[in-house]
Amino acid sequence: MSQADLTMEAQTTDLTIGPAFSFPTKKLAIWLFIIADTMTFAACLVAYGFLRNGTPDWPRPFHSITNVALMTFILLSSSLTMLIGLRSAKAGDKAGAFRWTMITAALGIVFALLHVREWLALINEGMTLFKNPWGTGLFGASFFSITGLHLTHVTCGVIALLVVGVRYQGGRYNADDIEILGLYWHFVDLVWMFVVPLVYLLNLAH
Amino acid sequence: MATAEEHKNNGIGKDVAIYVCLLALAGLQFVIAYQHIDASQMFSRMLAVAFVEAVLAAMFFMHLWSEKRGFLLFVAIFSIFVLLTLQYGWTDSFRMVSGAPFSK
Repeated sequence: MSQADLTMEAQTTDLTIGPAFSFPTKKLAIWLFIIADTMTFAACLVAYGFLRNGTPDWPRPFHSITNVALMTFILLSSSLTMLIGLRSAKAGDKAGAFRWTMITAALGIVFALLHVREWLALINEGMTLFKNPWGTGLFGASFFSITGLHLTHVTCGVIALLVVGVRYQGGRYNADDIEILGLYWHFVDLVWMFVVPLVYLLNLAH
Repeated sequence: MATAEEHKNNGIGKDVAIYVCLLALAGLQFVIAYQHIDASQMFSRMLAVAFVEAVLAAMFFMHLWSEKRGFLLFVAIFSIFVLLTLQYGWTDSFRMVSGAPFSK
């Protein structure tokens, strides 16, 4: 075997065997998912911004900020409870970790219910995917798409919180699994920080 | 040497501080929404606040700050590059409003 072949073999081994960033595989996987999902939400929000900017009769249907402010407070608070749950799990406090994970799931459920209540109020005012009483029909399609995508993420997150929490309590999962779920939950929170100003606050009826 | 419980409580103090900052920044967005400024100014101010919130959440809630620098750079550079490339179509949305000369 020539020297060149030996060098190539050594390089190939380095590239294929060495763990990426010396990261646990599950953690790397959730980060790659988060990066991909960031692009999905970013594409939706940019498309929404494009339509809003290019449409003169864009509706401003939101009269009150109470509901969205409450939803924001609940989602931010759920990130804190998730962190406390993770710290409890890392400290070996199994009961505490389970309790805080369940509290996070409960906050997620409250958020989802408030979201559904808001949707129903808008639907009762005559808003559908394709038309609304205030202006261009594009508003309904983009609003339901973006908030629906986010609500789907919250719902999946709540289910995951319940499953991981119960399995952690049963000893099948460990603190690393709580951490990975926490990364997903914080990402859902992070996305909401862009949805609120772009979809809600810029469309307040002054 | 700090016990696991003490270590946990110290960490929670930092988490609560970041949480309060995020609440304050979210509140600031609601204040901006009621300012009497034009839409483009409002948009840029809100987006700036949202960006600060996102950085805080990613760095401290998602612990990106304490990960390896190589990984932090990978996430930051890759995400920012793709997010910037998504912005290429904005000029066309202005053309849709102002009309001339291409839409006539």
